[in-house]
Amino acid sequence: MQLIKEKKIIQDNWEYIFDETPLKADYIIVSLVRWQQERDQLSKVKHLGLRLEPDVVLEEIADDLVYFQLIELYFPVFTDGRAFTHARVLRSRYGFEGDIRVSGDYMRDQVYYLSRVGVSSFELNDQDNAEEVIKSMDDFSVDYQDSIA
Amino acid sequence: MYQYSDKDQTLIDERVTQFRDQTERFLKGEIPEDKYRALRLMNGVYVQTHAPLLRVAGPYGLLSSKQIRKLASIARDYDKGFCHFTTRQNIQYNWPALERVPDILEELASVQMHAIQTSGNCLRNTTSDQLAGVATDELEDPRPYCEIIRQWTILHPEFAYLPRKFKIAVTGAQHDRAAIRFHDIGLQLVKNDQGEVGFTVFVGGGLGRTPVIGQVVRPFLEKKHLLSYLEAILRIYNLYGRRDNKYKARIKILVRETGLAEITQKIEAEWELIKDKLELSSERIKEIQAQFAPPAYLASAAQDTSYDDKRANNPDFAIWVKHNTADHKVTGYRAAYISLKAPDCPPGDCTESQLDAIADLADQYSFGMVRTTHRQNLVLADVPQADLFDLWQKLEALNLATPNIGKATDMICCPGLDYCSLANAGSIGVAKEINETLDSMDYVHDLGDLKINISGCMNGCAHQSVGHIGILGVDKKGVEWYQVTLGGSSENDAAIGERLGPAVSKKDITPVIKSILEVYLAQRSHEDESFLSTVRRVGVSPFKEKVYATH
Repeated sequence: MQLIKEKKIIQDNWEYIFDETPLKADYIIVSLVRWQQERDQLSKVKHLGLRLEPDVVLEEIADDLVYFQLIELYFPVFTDGRAFTHARVLRSRYGFEGDIRVSGDYMRDQVYYLSRVGVSSFELNDQDNAEEVIKSMDDFSVDYQDSIA
Repeated sequence: MYQYSDKDQTLIDERVTQFRDQTERFLKGEIPEDKYRALRLMNGVYVQTHAPLLRVAGPYGLLSSKQIRKLASIARDYDKGFCHFTTRQNIQYNWPALERVPDILEELASVQMHAIQTSGNCLRNTTSDQLAGVATDELEDPRPYCEIIRQWTILHPEFAYLPRKFKIAVTGAQHDRAAIRFHDIGLQLVKNDQGEVGFTVFVGGGLGRTPVIGQVVRPFLEKKHLLSYLEAILRIYNLYGRRDNKYKARIKILVRETGLAEITQKIEAEWELIKDKLELSSERIKEIQAQFAPPAYLASAAQDTSYDDKRANNPDFAIWVKHNTADHKVTGYRAAYISLKAPDCPPGDCTESQLDAIADLADQYSFGMVRTTHRQNLVLADVPQADLFDLWQKLEALNLATPNIGKATDMICCPGLDYCSLANAGSIGVAKEINETLDSMDYVHDLGDLKINISGCMNGCAHQSVGHIGILGVDKKGVEWYQVTLGGSSENDAAIGERLGPAVSKKDITPVIKSILEVYLAQRSHEDESFLSTVRRVGVSPFKEKVYATH
């Protein structure tokens, strides 16, 4: 699957592993529920990512962030703006330096904002638009607020 | 007035390019309807009964004559020759074509205007007191803070997809003319015991289906913490505001369901973590304040004697001065209201030729500036008293001098069924009928201060729940009915109106209002007891008895 990372189109080598299916991959992303249930086993995985839904309470996982190279913020629907806060807080409050990616129902017209709050990679929904998506990250050359990027 | 920097201009130019691209992609079928909807709303474009509606931002209600002329030319070239001023100091066009909206935005950008975030679930236009900077009861001019907030809200990357819309109002005066208690955040400039000026922060006010009076979360906030505190409130709202039901998604519901104590604690805890990172420097405040420096008032203005003579000799002029002008902090000047509530005009509407004429009057008499008001009128805020007579005559000729500011016929009215796809009932027609009934100006003046607000549906765009008399259009099996409330107020004595009783039919609504006014005149203890005071003293019962006995 294609992915945009740091404004480049690359091949995604991470795989989201559905709950209750075997952890057969080198780079795996798991749900928060699975992390909480299988923490001991998962904490030994070399390349581990965590998928967060918008209702996550970040404070509750703050101490676990050291185990993850990647945090995936999943958009069930593009209007749910909690991920914007999550990305920003992950970077500015918890100092998360790994990859923050978005997936799900976000849209091209949101990537400018997402880049600014610290999202570093974007799972593509529509592969044809990759170049356009990258272009949209620079829709604006100026801004008013302090943010991550 | 604030003048755009290169950065400000670049940003709105780039927004035009972005929206043009989004609209082209939508018209080519490359963006689905639901996604384009969110994008167009964040540029003020609604799809209405007849055509799209474009809402243009009027930042804290301040416009230059150049901007007014641009609004006029847009009304001519892209609309049917008029525009509409809203309760949040914005400007609406009712008939633009969707594919031409990007061109309109480009025209607006050429005069430092935009339609960014005038709708949608995001941070909206920041509103203020129309007498900001000139009011006699003002502690400090709120507009520099409004501009600071404007910049902070524009394209804020974290808060572009909130649970619901979010509105901020700021006042620096003792008398609240900006309805700050009915905004998601209301800010009032206040002085603390040490003599420092800061803000009292109200949260969770709002109108619409569930009107709620905002509550104080922080009695005194230092100026340097303004943006960090707003950021803390917005972050808590973005994370915890309800997203499962759009009617329960405003911050007022979050405050109610969480409780004031707990929500305050959450906001304060968040603020503690960020307040040192986002300080507003006093240099920055001074820099913006410099852009709102008072105009070059003439010391000689106060020496004029013609104003007193003209008032003494021309009763119509004297009446206009009494009702349509306000005291100014500089002796020799007054603020003059331009009434957009002539009896034969839809409330808040203004034609392109009126707009051009208003721009000329602003240049001639008021340093080239015009303000828009929360009650859908305009203000020339800095008129020398010697010029008021000429100004009045010219406004008369333009049908803009109806002496009714704050009176019964100065009604707030939404577009209603005539334009709006949400409306259940007409509102402009009701306003017109009430106007026809109140055709004697003497009678209107005898009624004194009276705020009648008419909304065509329970979304309450015309703030009926805080009208001294509120009229709400409801749909009963396809027929237009009207629910009446009494005793609301959006000012310091904020209150939500009490229901009079069952809704009345369209043919009865005007006679009902007439009965209510008769009861008031009979019940008031003396000529100076206002409608609102009378309702508060006697309650709704006498009104109810009369109305439902008769109709």
